[in-house]
Order: sequence, then C-alpha cells, then structure tokens
Amino acid sequence: MGTFHDHASPLHGITVAVETAGDELWIGRCDDEDDERVILLDADVHTDGNGDEDVAGSREEWLAKAVRFGIWPRHKRVVLPRGRVASIRRLGDLD
Amino acid sequence: MPYSPLLVKPMREELVAAGVRELMTPEDVDAFMEEAGKGTSMLVVNSVCGCAAGMARPGVRLALQHAKVPDRSVSVFAGQDVEATQKARSYIPDIPPSSPSIAVFKDGELVYFLPRHRIENRRAEDVAEDLVQVFDEHVG
Repeated sequence: MGTFHDHASPLHGITVAVETAGDELWIGRCDDEDDERVILLDADVHTDGNGDEDVAGSREEWLAKAVRFGIWPRHKRVVLPRGRVASIRRLGDLD
Repeated sequence: MPYSPLLVKPMREELVAAGVRELMTPEDVDAFMEEAGKGTSMLVVNSVCGCAAGMARPGVRLALQHAKVPDRSVSVFAGQDVEATQKARSYIPDIPPSSPSIAVFKDGELVYFLPRHRIENRRAEDVAEDLVQVFDEHVG
C-alpha cells in the first residue's frame, strides 16, 4: 500500500533532472510544476565551472553518478521559474 | 514529524510478512552490520510516500520468493525510526540518503544500491527483477 497525492502534478514525488537555459543542471524531487514554476525538494545543482569540489567534474560525470546513486540534498526547496527551464526529465529514465 | 504509527503499521507489516526483520534502534543496526560481515544481506530503507515505496515493498516481497535470497533481510523506516535510519546510512557514507532504497551487502561490503529514483514509476515486477539479478550474482 502507498500514500496518494491526487491533487498534485504527475511529476509530484518523482526525481527529475532539470536543465536551465543557463548552465545549471538541477536534480531533485519534484514537489509541483505548472506553467509558472518547477518546485524541487531535496535538490542539488551542477553549474559548469563552479568551484564546489563536491560537485566537481563534468556535467556528464556528475549526472552519471547521480543516476547511479542519487544526489546529496544540499538545497531543501528550490523554485525554478518556468521560463528558465529548458528541459525536465525523470532521472530514472536516464538510467 | 513522523506519521501516525497507525498509518505506518501496515507498511511495516508488508515487509515483516515477507521475512524482513525490522531494525528500530541504532543498536539493532550495529548488531545487523556485525552479522552482515559474513554472507549476503539486504537492507531496505522503508518509506511512507507511495510515489516510490508503494512499488518498493511489493518488489522486495516478490524478490524474496526467488530460489536464491540473501542470508538475512532487514529494514529501517525512514522518517519513523530516525536514529536507526541514520545509523544504517552511516555504514554507507558515500551514498546519498534515499528513501525508499535497497542496499545489498556481501561479506560486509556494499555490492548493490537501488536508490529511490530507480524505483519510482516502475512496476513491482521490475524492481524484483533487478533484485533477483543481484541475488543470482552474489548469493552463493
């Protein structure tokens, strides 16, 4: 048995990878998404050229590790304006 | 805040009925990890949310019907048995926290990890198939 969230978006509770129009790649659990924004919980972000050694390496390396093991939830809640979102995909589909 | 024990009870029982032993304290986890130093062991991080856990538990139940199963199967309940879950995660410090999730150990070493996002949106049969492959590979 499970719990149900009939009120929420189809991606509610699903771990997603969100590419922005900039150089960010966010991964987190989708709380909700609509025409205005995408809300992620327990998320992390890879930004090309950032200096954080924990997320060092190429975007591809970071994504591959995330696909295999998940991500460290460095951001409790993130709201991404829909206009900045270039793509949103289920992380499980990238396996 | 933890969910009501009344709500969580059937989610606990769903695994217990399949032969999964619940670890409810850090001491339980330490004792299990000592046992896990020999043979094969499966640790399930149970969870309330149906988005993934609703398929994790039936997947585990199906997998445990396979001819080859780990020597011992245990669970901790994320968000409920908080200290036990933290202790369990401390044994796999390189792996980000994920619930539900499933870890398989052989002679104390982590040999397989199935995080939440690889359970989401899949059928219980698919989750079971992944686990059965791991059992076939690692269970003697």
